[in-house]
Amino acid sequence: MITKPLTGLMTKDELIFERSKAGKKGISFPKERIFSKPLAARIPDLYQRKQTTALPEISEPEIVRHFVNLSRKNFSIDTHFYPLGSCTMKYNPKINEEIARLDGFAWIHPFQTPETIQGALQVLFELQEMLCEITGMDAFSLQPAAGAHGELCGMMLVRAYYHQRQDFKRTKVIVPDSSHGTNPASAALCGFEVVTTPSGPDGRVDLIALEKAMDDHTACLMLTNPNTLGLFEKDILQITRLAHQKGILLYYDGANLNPLLGIVRPGDMGFDIVHLNLHKTFSTPHGGGGPGAGPVGVKKSLIPFLPVPAIKKKNSVFELDSNQPHSIGKVRSFFGNFGVLLRAYVYIRTIGSDGLTQISRDAILNANYLRRRLEKLLEIPYNDYCMHEFVATVRQYKSKGLHASDFGKRMLDFGIHAPTVHFPLVVEDALMIEPTETESKEVLDQLVEVFEIMVKEANDDPESLKKAPYTMPIRRPDEVQAARKPILSWRDYSQDLKRPSSPDMPSTG
Amino acid sequence: MRYLPLSQEDRQVMLDTIGVEHFGQMLQAIPASLRNPEIRIPESLSEHEIRDLLGGLAKKNLNSKDHKSYLGAGAYEHYIPSVVQMVLMRNEFYTAYTPYQAEASQGSLQAIFEYQSMICELTGMDAANGSHYDGSTAVAEAVLLSLSKTRRRKVLIARSLNPEYKRVIQTYLSESNLAYAEIPFDANGALDREQLKQLLTDEIACVVVATPNFLGLEEDLTNMASWVHEKGALFILVSNPLALGYFKTPAEWGADIACGEGQPLGIPPSLGGPWLGYFATTRALVRQIPGRLVGLTKDTMGNRAFCLTLQAREQHIRRERAASNICTNQALCAIAACAYLSCLGKEGLKEVAALNMDRAWYFRDEIIKLPGVKLITKGPIFNEFTVQLPKSVSAVNQALLSHGIMGGFDLETVYPELTNTTVLCATEVKTKADIDFFLECLKAVLS
Repeated sequence: MITKPLTGLMTKDELIFERSKAGKKGISFPKERIFSKPLAARIPDLYQRKQTTALPEISEPEIVRHFVNLSRKNFSIDTHFYPLGSCTMKYNPKINEEIARLDGFAWIHPFQTPETIQGALQVLFELQEMLCEITGMDAFSLQPAAGAHGELCGMMLVRAYYHQRQDFKRTKVIVPDSSHGTNPASAALCGFEVVTTPSGPDGRVDLIALEKAMDDHTACLMLTNPNTLGLFEKDILQITRLAHQKGILLYYDGANLNPLLGIVRPGDMGFDIVHLNLHKTFSTPHGGGGPGAGPVGVKKSLIPFLPVPAIKKKNSVFELDSNQPHSIGKVRSFFGNFGVLLRAYVYIRTIGSDGLTQISRDAILNANYLRRRLEKLLEIPYNDYCMHEFVATVRQYKSKGLHASDFGKRMLDFGIHAPTVHFPLVVEDALMIEPTETESKEVLDQLVEVFEIMVKEANDDPESLKKAPYTMPIRRPDEVQAARKPILSWRDYSQDLKRPSSPDMPSTG
Repeated sequence: MRYLPLSQEDRQVMLDTIGVEHFGQMLQAIPASLRNPEIRIPESLSEHEIRDLLGGLAKKNLNSKDHKSYLGAGAYEHYIPSVVQMVLMRNEFYTAYTPYQAEASQGSLQAIFEYQSMICELTGMDAANGSHYDGSTAVAEAVLLSLSKTRRRKVLIARSLNPEYKRVIQTYLSESNLAYAEIPFDANGALDREQLKQLLTDEIACVVVATPNFLGLEEDLTNMASWVHEKGALFILVSNPLALGYFKTPAEWGADIACGEGQPLGIPPSLGGPWLGYFATTRALVRQIPGRLVGLTKDTMGNRAFCLTLQAREQHIRRERAASNICTNQALCAIAACAYLSCLGKEGLKEVAALNMDRAWYFRDEIIKLPGVKLITKGPIFNEFTVQLPKSVSAVNQALLSHGIMGGFDLETVYPELTNTTVLCATEVKTKADIDFFLECLKAVLS
């Protein structure tokens, strides 16, 4: 039932289940039936499904309209600017998509014998080699399916490394307080005790505090460099030397690799293990939250522990080697997210050795330009030359009841995605801004104009910011209710609607 | 470089605004000894050259569109409607970020909510998450959930679970003093129920069983949930989601967690990924589910709205105390599955399941008429089954290749006692003529 006019180009937000009508179908099948009698009847009763499936019954044109209209209720990098810190929302090249859909890549089975997938194995092998070159590592495993999965794999490598040396006392992993949440979560999932160290007054690792935290129970130090404030750890060589002197491995969280291509390599800094987010630096789409890929690279001493199978080249033939007695095993089936790996391969071959450095130079230039322009409007607590991102704060507006998320929400009204808000935790009311290299100067200037307006609003009419956004398909959702009484499916929802008094239930206008 | 919008003039103006003479001034924090490493990768290529290069590499792979393939064993060839491709090609879906900003992500959020709803419908379970990396990691996370829920340290895994999944579970559990034991299968490939009863003690955190199992057999799980629950363990069931069109659901068998591979739901095999791990539980376990969950709520105007919910379980809030370290999952693959299941609908699901059985059952009934071919999986099957051949599977498959056919998976590589044994698959994309041609070729190869 339509109860009020719709705004702009928006359409009525029906659930696909609400469009369902018995007997409709959005697919057709071949008529051929080899058996004349229905087979379902031949399934012994004990094995037969009795529950009904309330899958929606709907025709093809209605399905298409449903999903196309849903898509129009999204921001995306092809429609909007995402200055989203630590997420590297860069352009996703279209040729990558076309290549990944070729039959020779999309319709190959992971159990095919190596001689029938030589082209795919060549892509994987060469991707490993190119990632080694770019990061300064000695070997890569492409198996982890996401950044956090790469971290988990990395932590397993750390454990296997010490255990093989009969060193069982190293049970702690150090992470700085500015680290990504996945770092401590991955270390803990792998059974390590997490030790958090504070940042120094310049926003970088506090060497004295770090040295104090390192002891002979420390297995690993996890670092992001540049860190989450966008600052390069200038003492990196002292840090890695110190750790190695104490027998501690160094783990590099590659979420922030984008400004370093051709400029400096984690391997040369002294890191023993790195993971990369191919869906950040290497341009593969974020897909609204995946699929990504989180390859893990290591130095020589850790190669024996990498997941199996290893992809090797012998007399220009590509082979799979599962005979690695010290391997941690498999962190995912087969070769990981092959389609994502393939897109990253196409990206690296497209930009090439001659294009690599300009990617990072423009990412750094864009970030510093924005930092310089925004410092006149916002407080930037660690205001130094940054790499790909920087962190501003709106803590001065706290007395007016405003927080970082309010500014982020208001930006949506101006057609710009919110920055990463309230992170890193070391800055109160943080706005973490990463423009990436694929935005033009004009777009960056627009962001500055939007901040000019928002700062004025924050001073003159703070209440208006608290209620933003106004122009999106919805206003702010009630997250407290969503968590208190979770409605996680159509079944939950339809049962809830049937209850006689359901004052909490939203209208469907 | 066509991906870079800054002009040379822009760059200069921006350097001036920043107030530096040259770019290198901004890099002063980087030790000079580390700067400007030599990167030995090939030079850039034009789009035309890339297309030719990669087109050539793609041709070096045998694909199942050009070569009839009877490989199943965890990844299946199903017809994917054009609508699914169209949805995946919508820039607003595939180039969007994780939907933390709910107001600007209602499209992704609603589609994932609909996906969660459909997984609940398929499995009969109460709640499903927004996806895992793949089947293997979904099952491994289910095992981890059972360990933290029961505070026990031993797990029982069906030997007939996909060997890739078993390997991932072992990796996730390795070296943390956790005991892993397998429940054997009998001569027909069925789970040994008596052995399960003997192995099941009150130290066991979970029992993981697949149906259909890796040999293709649908399992009789009668009473199994109550045996498992009597010992205080969780019952984890791994199913082919399309088989659930006709076969008993995990909920009907009494599972606490239903998880597995969603690749059959509109996702191409792509050499193993990106795929889709599905994960669904009973109401009792909702707050322990790892990964993203989308909930339905209302906005401040009282309108229906969707948002990520129960985020207190997650790493970005809880850090080292999180339920899981998962951040990125497989959202786009979940949207593909949502579009695929929307195309099928209630009746289409049954129809595609019936077509799979139509092809596979005929294939099974005919292949065992060939001399020396022996059926192992005597019992109900969905779209694959296991037979023993009179010759080695690798030799047979090599010979079949010369007829343009890719044969089944060689089970001897994972179950050494199953000599000359292969699991063969036929889905709805095969015709009677395809299967007859395979049988004819196999007959020639075996004689």
